[in-house]
Parts: sequence; C-alpha cells; structure tokens
Amino acid sequence: MSEKDTNQLIGRFKYLSERDSVDHYAVNCPSDHLIDFCQILRDEYLFDMLVDVTAIDWDVASPRFTGIYHFYSTSKQLYLRVASDCKDNIKPSLPSLVRLYSAADWHERETYDLMGIHFDGHPNLKRILMWDDYPYHPLRKDFPLAGIETPLPAADVAEQTKVKVAAAPMMGGPFVSSGDGKMSQTEPTAKDESWNESKAKGS
Amino acid sequence: MSDLKEFSVGDIGSRSSECEPALKTEKMALNVGPSHPTTHGVLRLMMQLDGDLITECEPVLGYLHRGDEKIAENMTYNQFVPYTDRLDYLAPLANNVAYALAVEKLAKLEVPERCQAIRVICCELARISSHFLGVGVYGMDAGSWTVFMYTFTEREKLYTLFEELTGARFTTSYTRIGGVARDIPDGWLGRVNSFCKGVIPVLDQVDRMLTRNRIFMDRTVGIGSISKEKAISYGITGPNLRACGIDLDLRKDKPYLGYEKYDFEVPIGVNGDCYDRYLMRAEEIKQSVSIIRQVIGNFPEGLYYAEEAKKIFAPPKAKILTSMEELIQNFMLVTEGPQMPKGEVYFEAENPKGALGFYIVSKGGGVPYRLKIRGPSFCNLSILSELLPGHHLTDTTVILGSLDFVMGECDR
Repeated sequence: MSEKDTNQLIGRFKYLSERDSVDHYAVNCPSDHLIDFCQILRDEYLFDMLVDVTAIDWDVASPRFTGIYHFYSTSKQLYLRVASDCKDNIKPSLPSLVRLYSAADWHERETYDLMGIHFDGHPNLKRILMWDDYPYHPLRKDFPLAGIETPLPAADVAEQTKVKVAAAPMMGGPFVSSGDGKMSQTEPTAKDESWNESKAKGS
Repeated sequence: MSDLKEFSVGDIGSRSSECEPALKTEKMALNVGPSHPTTHGVLRLMMQLDGDLITECEPVLGYLHRGDEKIAENMTYNQFVPYTDRLDYLAPLANNVAYALAVEKLAKLEVPERCQAIRVICCELARISSHFLGVGVYGMDAGSWTVFMYTFTEREKLYTLFEELTGARFTTSYTRIGGVARDIPDGWLGRVNSFCKGVIPVLDQVDRMLTRNRIFMDRTVGIGSISKEKAISYGITGPNLRACGIDLDLRKDKPYLGYEKYDFEVPIGVNGDCYDRYLMRAEEIKQSVSIIRQVIGNFPEGLYYAEEAKKIFAPPKAKILTSMEELIQNFMLVTEGPQMPKGEVYFEAENPKGALGFYIVSKGGGVPYRLKIRGPSFCNLSILSELLPGHHLTDTTVILGSLDFVMGECDR
C-alpha cells in the first residue's frame, strides 16, 4: 500500500488510527467496526487473503488482549496488519471474520484455544490444538511455561490408571525466566524445589 | 434396455442411492488416524461415509502440539533457532532462514551477499529435499512404490551435503541471526553442483514413471480440485495455491535474500487438482536446481555473517577465550540474549510447503514478547472439511498426499 493509499484509508475511516510497525502498514480498528472494515478491505482494496490471525496478551495492561490480523493482497502484493483491542479483559471477544474469509475458521479457533478470545458469530468455535475438555488457555501470560496439572482427556483411562497430565518438571529447565525485563534480573531458576543439589530426591 | 442406467465401475455411492432405493443403507462413521500411513504424521480425520462416498469430514489436529510459541516467549532469540528445525522437519534449513530473516527485519539488519548466497542455496536444497519427499510419498500413496525409491536415493545425497555443511542431517540449526553458523566447507559448492547434475536425470525418470502413467493419472486428474476463489479464501499458499492457477510466489512478489537477481520461473497450474499439484512440485525442483546453479556460478566473496551483527551474533569463537571484550560480550549474549529494538514485524518466506510466517512482538530486550508462527500446512489443511466430501474414500489417500503437509508446523 502506497503512502497515498494509507493516508486515504485513515482519512476515509475516522475510527481507524495508525499503529506503530517496523515493516508493513498497520492500523488499529475498534472491534465494532472490524467486520465492516474488513469487508471493504476485501472488496474495494483487494486484500483478498487473510494470512494470519493471532492475539497478544498484554498481561497487566488494559485492554489486555489485542487481536492481530494480517492481510495480503494477491493482486497488489501488499501486506496490511489490522489490530483490534478486546473491550473486556475478563471475557475477551472479537467479531468473527469467517463469513468474509474461510481461512479465519481455523485461525480463530486456534486463537480461542490458546488465548481464550471468544469470536462472536463463529460457526464452530471449539478447541483445535488442545483437547476439547482442556480447562486453560496456555498462551496467556499468567499460564506457566511448565503447564498445570489437569485430568487426562480420556476419563475411562484416567479411572483405571489414576494418571493425570502432569506439569513439566522444572529442574534445570533452561528457560524459566519471564519475558519481561532483563534476564539477569529474572534469573532462570527451578520452580520445583522438592529436590535440588542440597536436597535428595524422594522415592 | 432404455431404463438401464450406466454407472462407472466403483461408483458404489451413486449405485446404492439411485439404482437400489429399496436397499436400506446407513451412514458409517470412519476414523482415520491419528497414526495412519496416509496421514503422513499425526492427522486424524473423522469422516461420515455413505457407501464409500465421503459426506462429511472433520480434521482433528493437535497431536503434535508442543507449544512452540509459548516456548519462544521464554527464551532468547538465539535459543529459538533449533526449535524452528522442528516446524517443517522436512526442510529445516529453510525454516532456520525464515526465522532469522524475521528477526533481522526487526533488528533492521542486512546480511552480506555471501551470507545471502549461502542461504539461497540452503533454501533451494531444502525445497528440493522436501519436494522429493512430497513427490515420492505421493507416488507411493497412489500405488507407485518405485518413485519413492528413486527420490529417496537423491534425498540421501542431499543429507550428506547437509551434514557436511551443518554437522547434522535433519535438525540443522544452521542459520544464526545475522549470518550462518559457519562458512561453507572446502569443495562443497562443487559437490552441490555435481548433485544438481545428477538430479535432472532422476527427475526425468520420475517424470517417465508418473506424468503419463495411466494409473496415476486416473487416480489424480480431476480429483480434489480447488477453485481459485476457494484457495485464496482459505489462505492456501505454496505449490498447492499455484496449482490452482494463481501466480503467487513470495520469492518473486516480495523478493528477499536477493531472489530478484536470479532467473527462474514460477510454474502455474490450471485445474487445481491432485495432478496439477504433482506437476508443480516436479517443475519447482527443476527451477530450484537452476537457481542453485546461478548462485554457484557467481558466488560472492566476503563474510558469512553481518559485521554489525556482533551484538546479536556470537563473537568469533577463537576470540572468546583470548580477548576480554569478546568474553564479556559472549557472556551477555548467553545470559540476556541479543538486545532487540521495540516493535512488531511480520515476515513470510516462500518455504517448500507454502508461506511460513513469523510475527514477532518485541518490547525490547533479548526475549520476544510474543512470537506467532504461521504454518503453511495449517492453512493448507483447513480446506479439508470442504474438499473431501463428495470424494470416494480411496481418494483421501491421494488428496492428502497431493497437499503435501507436515504436522510439525501445523500443530507447532
């Protein structure tokens, strides 16, 4: 998208604002206008391919969740990033783009699965990578890297074996430090203190 | 005689529904996978069958989900390189390059020409390797075992080349942010060149075995056709998209690594069926060979890593133990990671399976705040629930083979 087009886009749609980006042109779009805007993007600006849908969890900031859409125009060879904040931090939701782009189906299911963002109007919004009964959304920042102990997906097996899906052991794990701040201040340490160099492992 | 209907052999679905309406049939649920030879990994398909016609299909994913994106948020940019090997594990060299390019874009880093040339060779060798597997197992799926033997022999030679270059056959982890791990070994280019010479005759043999093979054509022509509109709407990329007749190759449209310097053609299909998808891959191997020859013919001198990338790229190993400054720098790199500017980038590279994208959100520092991987196989498979219904059960094998997906990057 050339400079002229981009200015035109912001000028034409008053609800858009420019978004900081290192590479492609990017706009912020309020979630109320997302469907209308994407419809015009597809039909008038020829952004015919939805290449990716994802979301960011800003942790303590508000709005906490931002949905990110990447569009590509196969005729103009241009990328466009559209970001849309979720209004609610507790029950985040965004409108579904499945009616406009079939690709949105799986991408939105993945975002729902891993981030817990509800896509209104999605015909089949269920988990895609994790199993159906999984209780958490693992890509949220408050979800620990090692995972949380959960019941086995197969209830009959669990009943027989009494096995659960265990969290990963963190002893000697090389990457426990958080993404925020310098790594030297968040020294990678073992979360599991039940056994270490000074305390022997129980049987 | 006039009320006799004609049916093609094997058209059981229509026979049962039209010819014998009194026959009480019931729909059958069939579960394929997750461990099944045709699914090439751990894809599971839940299908509804009417006779042997598929009426519904629901793919189930996630059996190879390892949480790569979560892992990436918890380690430095450098540390994530080996994880990219495990995305499309049939073309690890190309994944390494795509990831490095995405991070370099964030860091606004240009790599020298020699490094670019090495990376182009890596990407194209990976493409040849991936397509050879794609064509080989596709032939096997369609009942032609021999093709697989020929293409795997060539892949073995490729792995020997990879081993010489990177030290590993499968999980190469060869690129570094700002360069590659080490320079090419002596005489390696010559060996790549002689490999290229040997590939063309093998391709011709594959061509003779498959392209006009009556059985292969009967099983693939007109099967699994995807229309242009559908393909774009589902975000299909790579050879699968080009088979539908859409001219989209990021190497041409959004040139990176200096692809604009090389003269190559992008094969475009007509019908978007299983047969066209095979033709695309076979032709792309030839084009890759041509690109590699051009790179070798004009191989640039210079550094294999960017000089200004020292803050990001590990300092020269020989100096770490002899020079104070490099030692400190190495220590900082290992403990804190390369210091990246703030920002958001999205970069897609034309990988063998399609456009592999990395979306990186950085808040500064050595760890990505969010890293999203767009796996081309994920998007290419999303059309399955629409593509398979209406086909016979036996076509599943061929359609899955022709889509040439890999679950490593689908489930991530």
